[in-house]
Amino acid sequence: MDPGERARWEEARRRWEATTLRDSLARHPERLERFSTVSDLEVARLYGPGEGAGRDDLARIGLPGEYPFTRGIHATMYRGRLWTMRMFAGFGTAEDTNARFHYLLSQGQTGLSVAFDMPTLMGYDSDHPRALGEVGREGVAVDTVEDMDILFRGIPLDQVTTSMTINAPANVLLAMYVAVAADRGIDPRALGGTIQNDILKEFIAQKEWIVPPRPSMKLVQDVLVYCTRELPRWNTISISGYHIREAGATAVQELAFTLADGIAYVQAGIDAGLDVDAFAPRLSFFFDVHNDFFEEVAKLRAARRMWARIMRERFGARAPRSWMLRTHAQTAGVSLTAQQPLNNIVRTALQALAAVLGGVQSLHTNSMDETYALPTEEAVTVALRTQQIIAHETGVANTVDPLGGSYFVEALTDRLEEEAWAYIRRIDEMGGMLAAIERGYPMREIAEASYRYQQQLERREKIVVGVNAFADAEPTPIPLHKVDPEVERRQVERLRRVRATRDAGAVHRALEDLRRAAEEGGNTMPPLVEAVRARASLGEICDVFRRVYGEYREQAIL
Amino acid sequence: MGEPRVRILIAKPGLDGHDRGAKVVARALRDAGYEVIYTGLHQTPEMIASAAVQEDVDAIGISILSGAHNALLPRVVALLREQGAEDVTVFAGGVIPDEDIPGLKAAGIAEVFTPGTSLEEIVSWVRTHVRPRGVRA
Repeated sequence: MDPGERARWEEARRRWEATTLRDSLARHPERLERFSTVSDLEVARLYGPGEGAGRDDLARIGLPGEYPFTRGIHATMYRGRLWTMRMFAGFGTAEDTNARFHYLLSQGQTGLSVAFDMPTLMGYDSDHPRALGEVGREGVAVDTVEDMDILFRGIPLDQVTTSMTINAPANVLLAMYVAVAADRGIDPRALGGTIQNDILKEFIAQKEWIVPPRPSMKLVQDVLVYCTRELPRWNTISISGYHIREAGATAVQELAFTLADGIAYVQAGIDAGLDVDAFAPRLSFFFDVHNDFFEEVAKLRAARRMWARIMRERFGARAPRSWMLRTHAQTAGVSLTAQQPLNNIVRTALQALAAVLGGVQSLHTNSMDETYALPTEEAVTVALRTQQIIAHETGVANTVDPLGGSYFVEALTDRLEEEAWAYIRRIDEMGGMLAAIERGYPMREIAEASYRYQQQLERREKIVVGVNAFADAEPTPIPLHKVDPEVERRQVERLRRVRATRDAGAVHRALEDLRRAAEEGGNTMPPLVEAVRARASLGEICDVFRRVYGEYREQAIL
Repeated sequence: MGEPRVRILIAKPGLDGHDRGAKVVARALRDAGYEVIYTGLHQTPEMIASAAVQEDVDAIGISILSGAHNALLPRVVALLREQGAEDVTVFAGGVIPDEDIPGLKAAGIAEVFTPGTSLEEIVSWVRTHVRPRGVRA
């Protein structure tokens, strides 16, 4: 803005404050002393042009498809191709989830996303004592490569992309997927998909771990190196803010800790001897989209701008694809309420709209009934239709970054960025994210934020409709998805059948090879693929890592 | 002599990592003047019962969101009984469908708090229902 125009705006603003605003406040005082986002960032009454000295809009906002990608990673964004509608699904046995996948594909979904059950996430077989009551309950149970084969029966693995939400044992599940593809004659180079494989956020927030942080990072490195060589279309790590946010973090913490995790992974890849531009383009992100509409849009825009700068300036990446923050998003599970569940459809729709206006590449929308159980088919369909309505009826996909240039959105984007850099500097000073985790730093920050928010709810400084305001005396009943109690028995039976019929000597040799690679610091992926092909189970493989590296125990932080 | 301080174990069974609720409730009880011990994640019923006995607590608050409540909560109560600690008050909170609550109460769970319960409700329930063991009203 030229100085003359800036002066005219400032003059107009002063006059407005002294006249129109003053009169208005005299007649109608504002509702609150202080307005703030759900993350408690203060929001001003009005945002105008030219706020903040020395702003250089061209460099900060730029053009879509170009550095720093504030306005999106593609020049045409959704005019070229809509985002991928990717609903997360998994429950019961592999057969149950396979049927849900076929249903979702028939309803127009364009990518698959697998939820695994808790024992699988923790690297336990379905017959482990700790798996009691948890088999197939919050996701699908996968014990051996045979379950993986059933899970993808009738699905052309070289034509769909598959996202697998798996972290501590991501290497094992990836090996199983590769093995199933190989058995069907599909070249691993043709496989497209994502494993979450983000172990740092497990220690920070999601808490599904196996071995301690440092050996965990070594296993992530092995996957990075293996995929860079053998699976060029595979997204090796989905660096996830989602779980950090769901654990009670603010938007700033989600943004900062996620990017700090990303920094640690890029450094790990470089330390493993990879060229940054050989693996950085296959890193992707996964953000939460919460209730505060503009804060979420700003968070996604800030994330892209910050990552571009981190990759180009901090790591010296030269390929523009390394600078791009590609992201999946999911509406905020934590925002859903058990009370008045139909309201969750509205929350999810607004969050999904924020995700789209924030420029995400793929999106999962939560179902209204997910506070109590995995969703019913009807609830999932409404959630998928929500995305289709946004895509085809609202018109928001007609232009690129429709909120770009909004005084408020740009100011909020700057603010989130500034606060997130401050966190990243603090984490750098501690020696990076691994060291920060070992000190419990991000966990403590999140616990503080979530307690603060809960207190704001108690004081009704923040309102949740149907919970601390506008509550009903009687609960609204809704149908819930039931997991068949027979699932656990059937799954354990199949696992035992596989164990009884496989070549025990071959399994033993494969697990020994894996142990040797783990002990000697070699890449664990090739022996891991051999072990799953020999029908070694997930639990047996993870036991090798537990024996070599030890089991992680968290220092409980209140 | 003042009333002995009530000790509460906040426990997190199951394989899931959803510990936001457990931590928030633990802090609220601590702020309300209780002595609070938090087990950390991924505890088995055996680990919870033995921690309760070792720490000589008056109550256990169990946070569970994995859907395994019907399998795990009654087991904690049974183990306490086996160890002669049946007077420890056990309450629970988390993602527990209404239809499961009567069964849990019959199994010895004193109260079940469902999503959206305020901290104030939990603290005030503890105030009226939990007494130091052996000092029964």
